[in-house]
Amino acid sequence: MGMTMTQKILASKAGLDSVKAGQLIKARLDMVLANDITAPVSINEFEKAGFDSVFDKNRISLVMDHFAPNKDIKAAQQCKQCRTFAKKFDIENFYDVGEMGIEHALLPEKGLVAPGEAVIGADSHTCTYGALNAFSTGVGSTDLAAGIKTGQAWFKVPSAVKFDLRSNLSEGVGGKDVILHIIGKIGVDGALYKSMEFMGEGLSSLSMDDRFTIANMAIEAGAKNGIFKFDDLTRSYTEEHIKNASGGFGERKWISYDPDPDAIYEETHIIDLSDIRPTVAFPSLPQNAVTVDEIESLGSCGKIFGITADKKGRIRLDQVVIGSCTNGRLSDMAAAAGILKGTHIAKDVRVIIIPATQKIYRECISRGYMETFIDAGCVVSTPTCGPCLGGHMGILAQGERCLATTNRNFVGRMGHPDSEIFLSGPQVAAASAICGYIKTPEGEQK
Amino acid sequence: MNAKGYVHKYGDNVDTDVIIPARYLNTSDHRELAVHCMEDLDRDFVKKVKKGDILVGGENFGCGSSREHAPIAIKASGVSCVIAKSFARIFYRNAINIGLPILECEKAGENICNGDEVAVDFDSGEITDLTKNEKYTALPFPDFIRNIIDKGGLLKSIEKTKEK
Repeated sequence: MGMTMTQKILASKAGLDSVKAGQLIKARLDMVLANDITAPVSINEFEKAGFDSVFDKNRISLVMDHFAPNKDIKAAQQCKQCRTFAKKFDIENFYDVGEMGIEHALLPEKGLVAPGEAVIGADSHTCTYGALNAFSTGVGSTDLAAGIKTGQAWFKVPSAVKFDLRSNLSEGVGGKDVILHIIGKIGVDGALYKSMEFMGEGLSSLSMDDRFTIANMAIEAGAKNGIFKFDDLTRSYTEEHIKNASGGFGERKWISYDPDPDAIYEETHIIDLSDIRPTVAFPSLPQNAVTVDEIESLGSCGKIFGITADKKGRIRLDQVVIGSCTNGRLSDMAAAAGILKGTHIAKDVRVIIIPATQKIYRECISRGYMETFIDAGCVVSTPTCGPCLGGHMGILAQGERCLATTNRNFVGRMGHPDSEIFLSGPQVAAASAICGYIKTPEGEQK
Repeated sequence: MNAKGYVHKYGDNVDTDVIIPARYLNTSDHRELAVHCMEDLDRDFVKKVKKGDILVGGENFGCGSSREHAPIAIKASGVSCVIAKSFARIFYRNAINIGLPILECEKAGENICNGDEVAVDFDSGEITDLTKNEKYTALPFPDFIRNIIDKGGLLKSIEKTKEK
């Protein structure tokens, strides 16, 4: 019986010739990851269990990205606990302030994930690495403690949903629009416990950054993982980045996996990329997808998903955030800078831009994006997850409204439970920052 | 093992951000987390909840973040078990790993009302709504997961396997 990409990787990691959906397996892990808010819970459990060794000091990544640089004393204590653990076990890939970036942008950049590998992370957006044809999934801190100790994890082999991508993306439309469109179509539990497998001729019009963004939000459809078919772009990205990996890790062998021709997919969705328009998810679920065209034709006091436009038919904003593990990569910064160059943001809007890693931050300086952002009236932060999860660096007050390139618009996610979060890609976010209300990027109007 | 308590009922897609908002994730202390349990969904939950009470949810309970702080906060608030129509997968794993009993049952999630008194038999998966005098049966745990629960959680199951 044929296997999906995910099933092939899991079979290989479990040392089995084949696996089928529903089977419980124990798989070897190539990398285990935690951050400054999930690692402390893992470390507590690790110590409580009396463990005194880790499975492989080169295959553990600890990234201080959520509440770092430390937002308060308690956050500082948590980072200190991680630092002490990393020193004690000589963890090779411990990334502290100065080196760290948002974990799911950082690990691929550092060459720590390659095709065919199996990764668990105590962070739900660990599914990002599926863009590289790897199996990666989020787990909790206890699963992670077990992973740190044994280098293994148990999994129920998932069934799968196929996304057959056709045609090409239009100008000004990116990976975020694709995934918001898909979640709008299948819902926040549309792929519950399943793999979302992306393939088809349309793949060639998606950059690696587009693919990271799409795989990143597989969890927002409830999926166990998202995974992309391997192609020349995956190969060149992997070869370019893997050699940077430290600890002799750059020499490792990797193998890509295609789905079998007779692999079983419970559902197939054909996605014509040329049909996708700039898309925004309305509060308070990522499935509340609305195209910018629909927003612009709302009319005076028009209502959609419980949000009422003003008399001019506009959805006004108090804040815009461009960053996160979803859209804080260089192409996102380039898209925002391209729109903001030579302009100024609207008077009553605060705009926070967060390049996801130090490397991206530096590149923003050398390419002149930083000057563009600052001249436009934006603030630029050091890498951090910060406002995405309501941690720090841009918390919302009661009744405030934010358009963010992040991944979740749940109640209270960015601050006060009575604030509202809209999700979009960087183009819509930047164009809206200039106007002060949600708007299609210039030149994109129908 | 059994549980009996009064029900606090919520809807579909109860996410981990409302179970325990991220602004409180600067601690891993169970008691501190419990004080803020369900805060952004039901501000009075911590005042109302009594030891042994039961949470009932709709579809996709525990969706969103992987934070283990969510089932920890629920357990530390005194809740004896969670019943839902379906659970998000990371929450499901986390609850089992930390020893918070969870039961998946479409009908129970639909019919049980806020404030009902409910009794649960974990061995048989039988859920009894004592207020309405109705019975439901939850999906049984696979043996593999039952084994983790019986050994007292994931890490204890690793230690015990190693000792053999």
